[in-house]
Amino acid sequence: MKFSEEKLKKVDDIIARYPEGRQKSALLPVLHLAQEQFGWLSVETMDYVASLLKLEPIEVYEVATFYSMYNLKPVGKYMFEVCQTGPCMIKGSDDIIAYIGQKLGIKPGETTADGLFTLKTVECLGACGYAPMMQLGKFYKEHLTKEKVDAIIDECRKSTAMNN
Amino acid sequence: MGVKLLLDKAHIEGIRYFDVYRKNGGYTSVEKALKMTPEAIVEDVKKSGLRGRGGAGFPTGLKWSFIAKPEGIPRHLVCNADESEPGTFKDRYLMEFIPHLLIEGLIVSSYALGSNATYIYIRGEYAWIPDILEQAISEAKANGFLGKNILGSGFDCEIYVQRGAGAYICGEETALIESLEGKRGNPRIKPPFPALKGVWDRPTVVNNVETLCAVVPIINMGGEEYAKIGVGRSTGTKLISACGNINKPGVYEIDMTISVEEFIYSDEYCGGIANGKRLKACIPGGSSVPILPANLLLKTAKGETRYMNYESLSDGGFATGSMMGSGGFIVYDEDQCIVKNTYTFARFYRHESCGQCSPCREGTLWMDKILKNIETGKGKMSDIDLLWDVQRKIEGNTICPLGDAAAWPVAAAIRHFRDEFEWHVLNPEECLKRNYGLAHYADAREVVA
Ligand SMILES: Cc1cc2nc3c(=O)[nH]c(=O)nc-3n(C[C@H](O)[C@H](O)[C@H](O)COP(=O)(O)O)c2cc1C
Ligand code: SF4
Ligand code: FES
Repeated sequence: MKFSEEKLKKVDDIIARYPEGRQKSALLPVLHLAQEQFGWLSVETMDYVASLLKLEPIEVYEVATFYSMYNLKPVGKYMFEVCQTGPCMIKGSDDIIAYIGQKLGIKPGETTADGLFTLKTVECLGACGYAPMMQLGKFYKEHLTKEKVDAIIDECRKSTAMNN
Repeated sequence: MGVKLLLDKAHIEGIRYFDVYRKNGGYTSVEKALKMTPEAIVEDVKKSGLRGRGGAGFPTGLKWSFIAKPEGIPRHLVCNADESEPGTFKDRYLMEFIPHLLIEGLIVSSYALGSNATYIYIRGEYAWIPDILEQAISEAKANGFLGKNILGSGFDCEIYVQRGAGAYICGEETALIESLEGKRGNPRIKPPFPALKGVWDRPTVVNNVETLCAVVPIINMGGEEYAKIGVGRSTGTKLISACGNINKPGVYEIDMTISVEEFIYSDEYCGGIANGKRLKACIPGGSSVPILPANLLLKTAKGETRYMNYESLSDGGFATGSMMGSGGFIVYDEDQCIVKNTYTFARFYRHESCGQCSPCREGTLWMDKILKNIETGKGKMSDIDLLWDVQRKIEGNTICPLGDAAAWPVAAAIRHFRDEFEWHVLNPEECLKRNYGLAHYADAREVVA
């Protein structure tokens, strides 16, 4: 359990943004870095982050459990986070969620057996004018249709096959 | 075409980059501001009449004048880019397409407030935007507009971007401050206000992205000139993010003199209701503000034209009016179910309540449950009154305004669409298959014409 050299350097840069002795402010950004590297936040990972920032482990658990973007269990390689709030709902997000679920054989909150896909419902992501939409990794996929969902799933499968 | 002060350059190719932005008049406000005293800038912003664009509409100049200046203690400006109110996506547009406008506004505002370290707190899901902002920051720095001794003025300033991690409550300014300190986003009890004790117990001003962008034209044209745009206490221009059942969803800049009817139906803005449907209802300022049926949206209760500004949108109070809020403009056509929509909002607020105060924690849970029952055909008539009672007990009884924000949409939906709730209770099987249908309050436009 250790960050890459590049990430350790980033941690130092982040801590330097705050006043002396306020390195706790780096906690959210450093948890993002940890999740980037390890995929999710295990207790071991959180303890490592605590040691890096000289915090009590409980201070890290408290924060990690509060914010919805931190995964406290392993998730699929591709996580489809589909928005289901009002403006997306009236543009058919329910159908998109049902379609993805049916196509992948999973319900919201579940991961496919091959560990490739997780389906999750989330609340408004600030893309209401481009609904229905989902977050996939760092980016948004907007104006979703069934055809677009098919293409996205194919693309994920292809890029996994290529990298294996 | 109305006046454009923020998006006037948005269409220029490459405006995201410093050279293009600068060539098109960018960063002149920094040059001008650094020759003024900080006090004179605060005065100018006061004269402009600019009101906070994050939702509450508090006068920005006045807020700035409250910042405490104890000897030897640093002060901070924090930019609120948490944008999470359903229906709102305007700050994202500004940051994604014209990042230098925000950086420019931040430099001027940091100088006015005496902030040498300024933070942009951006919602974590906008994960690709920090790269855009950091690129803009490093370009500004390379050109002498940031860093040490900016343009030889002796003023030092750094801007840092901090990502949140998925919590609507962190848009509330004291929760944002807690989060910036690396804690859970639990709002603080006020007083003390951030202007006295904010981040790391230092005097802090938190402002919305759009507010800080508006400082640029204010300095360029002068506060008095800015105040001439718009009407009454709604000065300048406002960004509206429009979504729902309209032909042209998107982000629009308006001077606040146009009517709601023009905004919805003209081709310059929303382009009318999509698919030839009729207008049923609208939430004009983000999910927290009251929903209005079509007839009360286009005209006030007194039969006067309703305009897209702070005063006119709130004309009639909560009984027959709404609010400008964050400018998240959500339009519903005749086929949309108000009960289901209200249920999704109740679920949203239940999910986002930080859980510190019991009226908010328990109340949002109850509203979510009751509305789910009504929506799925398991509701009773008495549930409607229970819902009314629960929302009333939340309002005004909590640490932060999230409680009110959760209560108001439920109250307004029952106030204006009670028959729709009753129909759900009376038609438990049918309501799963179809919506209430066109109600008598829809279609005001034809009635008006
Ligand atoms: C629950 C809640 C969520 C909020 N979310 C935001 C937000 O996402 N962005 C924002 O600018 N202000 C938000 N606000 C308002 C801020 O508390 C604060 O008033 C604002 O950032 C002040 O900036 P302004 O005066 O420039 O509008 C929120 C307030 C509450 C109560
Ligand atoms: S009103 Fe709700 S969100 Fe605000 S402090 Fe209380 S529990 Fe938290
Ligand atoms: S409601 Fe889905 S992005 Fe806003």
